[in-house]
Amino acid sequence: MGKVDCIVIGGGVVGTLILDELAKTNLNAILLEKENDVASGASRANSGIVHAGYDCVPGTNKAKFNVEGNALMWKLVEELHVPAKQCGSIVVAPKEGLKGIQELYDKGIKNGVKVEILDREKTLKIEPNISKDIEYSLYAPEAGIVSPYKLTIAATDRAILNGAKVVLEANVNKLAYNNGEWTVWSTNGIYKAKYVINCAGAGAARINDLAGACHYETEFRRGDYFVLDSTEGKAVSTVIFPLPTEKGKGILVAPTADGNVIYGPTSVATTEGDTATTLDGFAEIKKNVALTYDKPNFRKIIRTYAGVRTIVGHDFIVEYSDVVPSFIQILGICSPGLSSAPAIAKYVIKLLEEKEEVKYKDDIVQLPKKKKLLELKDDELNALIKENEAWGRIVCRCEKITEAEIVQAIHSPLPATTVDAVKRRTRAGMGRCQGGFCGTRVIEILARETGKTISEIKKDMGESQIAISRIKED
Amino acid sequence: MKRKLETICINCPMGCPLVVEEIDGKIEVTGHTCIRGKKYGEQEFVNPMRVVTTLVLCEDGTAQPVKTSGPVPKDKIFAVTEAVRNIRSSKDTKIGDVIIKDVLGLGVDIIATRDAI
Amino acid sequence: MKYDVVVIGGGPAGMAAALKAKENGASVVILERDVRLGGILNQCIHNGFGLHYFGEELTGPEYANRFKVKVEQTDIKVMLESMVLSISADKVVTVLSPKEGLVHIEAKAIVLAMGCRERTAGAITLPGTRPAGIYTAGAAQKISNMDGYLVGKKVVILGSGDIGLIMARRMTLEGAEVKLVLELQPYSSGLKRNIVQCLNDFNIPLHFSHTITRVEGMPRLTGLYYAPVDEKMQPILSEEKYVECDALLLSVGLIPENDLLNGMDVKMSNITSGAVVDEYRMTSMDGLFSCGNVLHVHDLVDNVSEEAEIAGACAAKYALGELDNKGNKYNVNAINGVRYALPQVVYSGEGKVRIFFRVGAEYRNTRLNVKCGDEVLLTKKYQIVAPGEMQHIDLDKSKITGDITLELEA
Repeated sequence: MGKVDCIVIGGGVVGTLILDELAKTNLNAILLEKENDVASGASRANSGIVHAGYDCVPGTNKAKFNVEGNALMWKLVEELHVPAKQCGSIVVAPKEGLKGIQELYDKGIKNGVKVEILDREKTLKIEPNISKDIEYSLYAPEAGIVSPYKLTIAATDRAILNGAKVVLEANVNKLAYNNGEWTVWSTNGIYKAKYVINCAGAGAARINDLAGACHYETEFRRGDYFVLDSTEGKAVSTVIFPLPTEKGKGILVAPTADGNVIYGPTSVATTEGDTATTLDGFAEIKKNVALTYDKPNFRKIIRTYAGVRTIVGHDFIVEYSDVVPSFIQILGICSPGLSSAPAIAKYVIKLLEEKEEVKYKDDIVQLPKKKKLLELKDDELNALIKENEAWGRIVCRCEKITEAEIVQAIHSPLPATTVDAVKRRTRAGMGRCQGGFCGTRVIEILARETGKTISEIKKDMGESQIAISRIKED
Repeated sequence: MKRKLETICINCPMGCPLVVEEIDGKIEVTGHTCIRGKKYGEQEFVNPMRVVTTLVLCEDGTAQPVKTSGPVPKDKIFAVTEAVRNIRSSKDTKIGDVIIKDVLGLGVDIIATRDAI
Repeated sequence: MKYDVVVIGGGPAGMAAALKAKENGASVVILERDVRLGGILNQCIHNGFGLHYFGEELTGPEYANRFKVKVEQTDIKVMLESMVLSISADKVVTVLSPKEGLVHIEAKAIVLAMGCRERTAGAITLPGTRPAGIYTAGAAQKISNMDGYLVGKKVVILGSGDIGLIMARRMTLEGAEVKLVLELQPYSSGLKRNIVQCLNDFNIPLHFSHTITRVEGMPRLTGLYYAPVDEKMQPILSEEKYVECDALLLSVGLIPENDLLNGMDVKMSNITSGAVVDEYRMTSMDGLFSCGNVLHVHDLVDNVSEEAEIAGACAAKYALGELDNKGNKYNVNAINGVRYALPQVVYSGEGKVRIFFRVGAEYRNTRLNVKCGDEVLLTKKYQIVAPGEMQHIDLDKSKITGDITLELEA
């Protein structure tokens, strides 16, 4: 591998949006991701909220990037065909919470966010199912929801179409700066570049240490979530928050961009990579949801998950290292990281412009919109099936995903190589049977399309093979 | 030699807990509620029999389900599954085809229970 | 395309319904989503099927094959790899298949026979990590019995439903070590026969009133913690224990797969999760019938076949305008220990009507009373009734003069 302009370390939403932005310019870039797919850390397991930006401390990076990021997000998701909706959000409070609502309102105004304080009656018009005790809310119409992993994946795909490279299973274990260039050693190759952009999420402090940049102490907080059946999707029309506390934004009730509903997250101090849900967490969600939302339906839970927030101090760090040269360090991108990512990506380009001549290309390749069974007209669908009968073969019955869509995901610019990678791209296995029926079909299709045996196909990261031994042989 | 067996009757949902003992050459069943339970207990004590259903690997890599054409002594279950270990069934196998004749000399055949897929 | 009777699902229920509909003179199509008829029976390679229906013990594929052969001898149209996307209020069935594309079939009567799905780790909010190694018992069964692979070598099974018990034996016979079966309830929802022949025969321990408190390991399952539960089904964490395992199979319940009916005006039962039906197995929507595990979860396929034959015959009669019913319509209610009774609607008239019921817990030395108002129409003694075993009684239709109630005597 020859020398590139930039090595981006970390394939989360921040890294991939930076890669996508770099791929639009004259700078060539390569992204190193330690797992076998992008969106393998916090970018796959968060609330999927595009925050409005009213609750960040005015003047901070968080406030700036959140407000800018929200403004950039809606065009970005349209370009990348990522499910998203600007459905607004409400922070709800009982009578005694008016002061808190007022404080949030003031912050929102300072941050330049459109906010409005509503009484119960007006709140009910926006969200009919708020809890009985709720008297006030802070309404932020510019907030919304997005599929965080689909955004990450689509950005990666577009970046690849525009010439960027992505190396998976490349865990960085050494960095050195010599004679004006960085050398980066990984478990999947050695790479050289003028600049290193460290956006390794939970591992960013470790990368900083390896590079000899400033050492940061990292805190991790885990949040448990419930995912509800899409039949609950119509019950919630906006993102419902309680009043925030020092622990975070609290347990929310929100629609997801793909049509489900989530309840969560909790906020518990933990260690890196601990995404195990807990009985305590479940109990806490159940208790808290009822405080803001009147119609919790725990019988419709189809999945639980947990995500880990990486916290470094009180604000996002997005800057050149002042210890080592040509090293952009991006650390502590906890909430509102997803909302801020588009703005952080643009800002990184600005940082590079300080030292390099950056020119945007005229001919940026756009991602084609993927066809979806349920969005096709009868004659369009029949024409497709005539050409390729896989369009007529439904594999995931809950989400109505055809074999053609799965094959497409396996052969996308960043190929899906695991069952969960297919799931994130197509939703096959995301429905109420959770892959009980289609999981084995997806394994068979993956094996066929990639020339592997069934026993080589993995569920997800690492050695997560599903069929581990052959009957009558092992 | 004194032998004792504790088991559950499977004839009905009652699931009577049975104790079967050989006392002075006579088999005694206790715990049963009806005659079927007594008979079941005696059979399980003297010579418990099971139909074995298992898989052999088809030459094309898929699984071919098979069964013994009749019950075999319970302590021969693993011998039967071991006996089919190295068999590779044909991909033209039809339901009812004999895969192994008189398996282990037990007087029953291994037969296919489904067409190859 | 037009058919008198459109049968959705080609498993045991769909095939039996289609055959009876054909026998009654209707033109019939079976829409099956898989590549072959037989449904889930194709992967149920163990024996024990057919004792009631055929009077002999068959394996699942053999039971299915009996019906498949009969279907093939008729002119019933079978569409494979065909997934129904919707049913309209005027009974147009929209179906997608690779061979025929998107097709709208006009039906005079529709029989729902889509079966059920398994409850998942998500649905029971299993705490801990989400690694490879956790599967529903049916998914593990498919990987084993169709594809020829095992999902683990050291296995724990949660839930003592029949599929879980069957898989305990299956995995044992293939050389895996089944360490434990854990059951939340104080009793098993599986058949006694399976407890003896799938667990006891192989010395596999079964712990009642136990649940999993945490699973561990990423990216593969490495073990799990389990604990007994108190009367409120809450785990007693002070008695938590650890077991090393690389596979966890879930056999924690089956749910009729009625997603097709979402958004349709069909009356559903909260208890069975299936449609509310009358004695013809017709739902609240005229001409829409339901049978098999999509109507309510059965423990014996023999009962599925029997029920499906009623639905199939009545669907044909409806389609041909012969289902004229002059009797009065009455509800069948289940109270005092009877969890549900089915059909939920019966008619007065001649002959007998068979009512299936399931109890809510294990009862010994109890008595079932079937009442019409204050009058006891029928009473039956049971030494034992358990939720895992569906029961039935036959009522004289001439005696039905009002709503019927099934209850256990206190």
